[in-house]
Amino acid sequence: MLQGFQRIGETFFDPQIIAGVLPELLRVGLPNTLLLAVIATMIGLALGLVIAAGLLAKQAGLRFGCRVYVDLLRGLPHILTVYLIGQGLPLAGLSIFGANTYAYAAFAIGLIESAYMAEIFRAGFQGVERGQVEAARTLGMTRFQTMIEIILPQGIRRVLPPLTGQFILIIKGTALVYLLGLTAAQRDIFSIAQDNSVNNANLSALTAAGLLYLALTVPLTHAVNAWERRMQRGSRPTPKAVA
Amino acid sequence: MLPVPTPSEKAKPDMGVRFENVSKSFGPVDVLKNVSAHMPSGMTTCIIGPSGSGKSTLLRCTNLLERPEQGRIFIEDAEITAPGVNIDALRVRVGMVFQHFHLFAHLSVIENVALALRKVRQMPKEAAEAKAAEHIAAIGLKGFENRRPAELSGGQQQRVAIARALAMEPKVMLFDEATSALDPELVKGVLGIMRELALGGMTMLVVTHEMRFAREVAGQVIFMDQGKIVETGPPAQLFDAPQTPRLRHFLDQVL
Ligand SMILES: Nc1ncnc2c1ncn2[C@@H]1O[C@H](COP(=O)(O)OP(=O)(O)OP(=O)(O)O)[C@@H](O)[C@H]1O
Ligand SMILES: [Mg+2]
Repeated sequence: MLQGFQRIGETFFDPQIIAGVLPELLRVGLPNTLLLAVIATMIGLALGLVIAAGLLAKQAGLRFGCRVYVDLLRGLPHILTVYLIGQGLPLAGLSIFGANTYAYAAFAIGLIESAYMAEIFRAGFQGVERGQVEAARTLGMTRFQTMIEIILPQGIRRVLPPLTGQFILIIKGTALVYLLGLTAAQRDIFSIAQDNSVNNANLSALTAAGLLYLALTVPLTHAVNAWERRMQRGSRPTPKAVA
Repeated sequence: MLPVPTPSEKAKPDMGVRFENVSKSFGPVDVLKNVSAHMPSGMTTCIIGPSGSGKSTLLRCTNLLERPEQGRIFIEDAEITAPGVNIDALRVRVGMVFQHFHLFAHLSVIENVALALRKVRQMPKEAAEAKAAEHIAAIGLKGFENRRPAELSGGQQQRVAIARALAMEPKVMLFDEATSALDPELVKGVLGIMRELALGGMTMLVVTHEMRFAREVAGQVIFMDQGKIVETGPPAQLFDAPQTPRLRHFLDQVL
């Protein structure tokens, strides 16, 4: 019993290994993870907005195409998509990023995220009260003016909390770049910890990585929750009829 | 059945709103069946009838929120259902007030009223807000300019919605059950504003369940049932001497 605890302690919580790997995790891993998450988020936001517009389009064909895109990327295991894109594109002769695996990884994760973000955008913008859109049109505002003045400002408020929530998932999701193989300087938090744990035959580096992920994600999660609570109080919709 | 207006009648100026053989369906449901009506300008026409009879659809056709499949609709001398009509320009001339107010939730009271003045009338911000402030004062909400809709009572929200429509200086005002979503003690204030507008000579189409308001304020009452206009006339005639069993039955239920 006691021996078991001791083994667990040595395997996961070796202070020497943790102290040894921490500087590299912070100096190399943390910036790489954050950079990857930010790039993937920007790709996801830009593409997601376009796809969301397609999901809400009048043309049935366009809607269908965007729906297929979203369903595919959300339905496949992320690990598979990252492999297919990160290794598939160069194999197919589409070496758009040269031999830079980091860039392929960012692109692949960005594509995956664009599907999730498209759904967030669609739900957020569809949720803007239809009656307010009609009220704006009734006042003589054009479709475009209504979009800019009514739908966008309210839609953005609705999508910011879920988008931030999605960013938290992306931070964790960046660990998938490990699959593609990175140069020493490109390694993210997980890659560094994984390499270290293989070299030392000990998992304490992964524990350190886990703590670092938690330090990033837990405060963000609470910030989003507080934000959503505040929004719910702030902008209650106009009251509905009793009937 | 109402007589179908002849072309010569159409040419008269200052004629308010006119429906000619208007039909509208949603899928298999025929909501307006060959409706013809004349709502004279400077007069309040109240539209009454049971739920689902097509009252809202009739109003919504008047500013083309719904497009009828058949028939023609005129506002004053202009046919709004003619092909190629600029819908946005038309809607500036027709104000609408909804049952559920539909104020812009992210804007303050004054911004709600000033927005279309700036974006549609292209007034500079200061001028638009000055004009908005006048309209807000006129509906008795001076001092509420910077509140958000969520911080107002239903009655106050509806008054702001009226001010928002009036600021555009419409020729015709449409009210779709403007007081139905309000607590009883708030109904009076909104009806008071509508009454004032009516007495001021605004052309109004008012869908309402407030029979007292219809009797006192309307110059004409239209009774609709199942997508058709069943009776039209001055309120005294409709309320005191209903001609059809259907109207009699309806009045028995609501009065
Ligand atoms: N957008 C729509 N799509 C499908 N059906 C509709 C739509 N709008 C209205 N209808 C149908 O048309 C009929 C008439 O609706 P309308 O809203 O004009 O009635 P109403 O007289 O205003 O009723 P109420 O007093 O309940 O408001 C109803 O049967 C309704 O279900
Ligand atoms: Mg209705």
